[in-house]
Amino acid sequence: MTPILPLVVLALVVAAIVGHVAVPAVRPWAWKAVGALGAAMLVSLWYFGLYWAPPEQFMSDVGRILYVHVPHVWMALLAFTLNVGCAVAYLMKKSWVTDALAESAAEVGVYFGAVGVMMGSIWARPTWGVWWDWDPRLISTTVMLLAYVGYLALRSFTEDPERRATWSAAAAILSYVSLPIVWFSVRWWNSLHQVQSNPSTVDKPMVAVLRWGAVTMLCFLFVFIVKRYEIARSRQTAAMELPPLEAPRAEVA
Amino acid sequence: MKRPSLLGAAWLVLKKDWQIEWRTRARLTAIIFFSLATLLLFSFAMGPDIVTLRAHAPGYLWLGLLFASVLSLGESFRVEAENQALTGLVLTPVEPRAIFIGKVLGNASLLFVLSLVLLPVAVALYDVDLGRDPLSLVLVLFLGCVGISAPGTVYSAISANARARDVMLPLLLFPVLVPLLLAAVSATKFTLQPDPQEQLGSWLKLLTAFDLIYLSVGFLLFPKVAEED
Repeated sequence: MTPILPLVVLALVVAAIVGHVAVPAVRPWAWKAVGALGAAMLVSLWYFGLYWAPPEQFMSDVGRILYVHVPHVWMALLAFTLNVGCAVAYLMKKSWVTDALAESAAEVGVYFGAVGVMMGSIWARPTWGVWWDWDPRLISTTVMLLAYVGYLALRSFTEDPERRATWSAAAAILSYVSLPIVWFSVRWWNSLHQVQSNPSTVDKPMVAVLRWGAVTMLCFLFVFIVKRYEIARSRQTAAMELPPLEAPRAEVA
Repeated sequence: MKRPSLLGAAWLVLKKDWQIEWRTRARLTAIIFFSLATLLLFSFAMGPDIVTLRAHAPGYLWLGLLFASVLSLGESFRVEAENQALTGLVLTPVEPRAIFIGKVLGNASLLFVLSLVLLPVAVALYDVDLGRDPLSLVLVLFLGCVGISAPGTVYSAISANARARDVMLPLLLFPVLVPLLLAAVSATKFTLQPDPQEQLGSWLKLLTAFDLIYLSVGFLLFPKVAEED
């Protein structure tokens, strides 16, 4: 994978989400269209991944989990990058929109990351013979997941919305910064993961199916984030529109 | 009155923290006995085999320090929450960044003293050889303590006012400290045991990089966090 491609995808996802947030006219139908596309692609991914693509050279059919495992981890990374972008934007200029988007990106990212790590563990058992391994990518993903679970806990444990927004933005930046350091330190420490594949070392149909899987997951990422964002926004407005409760009146005897 | 410079103000905050600590010595005493108990528990959990204990001593030492640091960091902003002292500090005409520098140095110095106290204990319990490379060992301990304190100070400022703060601080802090723990344990190992491949240098570099990155990120973020306290 060329290094520029993830950035392009990130930019596209951000543009799509921002478009969805900013243009009210597309809100009723756009997510349904993307969701339907995602569902259709998921069904065809099942066929492409399980039957059409050739079995992996060394791992045979076990290797087919690649088409869902890798896209899940990619989506988690995309979501966390979106989250930290929103955190920086919030700290530069306070806005409830970026706060709500950060919250939804973090939650969706934790979902994709958790599923991705679990699938990786299932894959590791037949290929490496262990459920768990001290590998840089595995550890970085897990550490990132733990950090974002902490982030979500911080959000739910802070009542004041403005404090919650600022503190969680700071926490998000601190955890995101640790990612490259975790990666390097674990790589120096120990490694067993197969060398990262790139399109030149992988058979063409496999690359095609992997990309198909990635686009499928992108559709779901978009729908999840957009819907979660709407929930976050309506919670915010609900919290702000609630009238102050009347003081209990003294009982008149 | 002349306004103190950034470092001057940081020094004042640090002196204030030291003074509070020196008057009661409660925090230092508490974390010393806490980590002594932790180190003792590790040896109970691993059994009395001195070879295993000696080989894993760096790990026990850093885990003891890490657990103690959570108590110490939490306390560092809890004292400020009393009588809203932090609000007072933020309202004074000094940069909030000075508070960050002062607090990091205060927390780091406390942890550093703790780590120096734990060294003879590690000799007694795990039979490690401190004489191999004492200068590097002290350097590793210092860099590690600064590394725990830099993100820890920001997180403890955050969690001091959150609900369930005793759970929040480790939940936020431990994932971030994974690379620090790896680097510090490996570096400590190579100062206590032979280092045939000369790996100590690269772990020291990683520790220094971690410290610098988190000092600068904390330096940028702390004013935003302190505003909300």
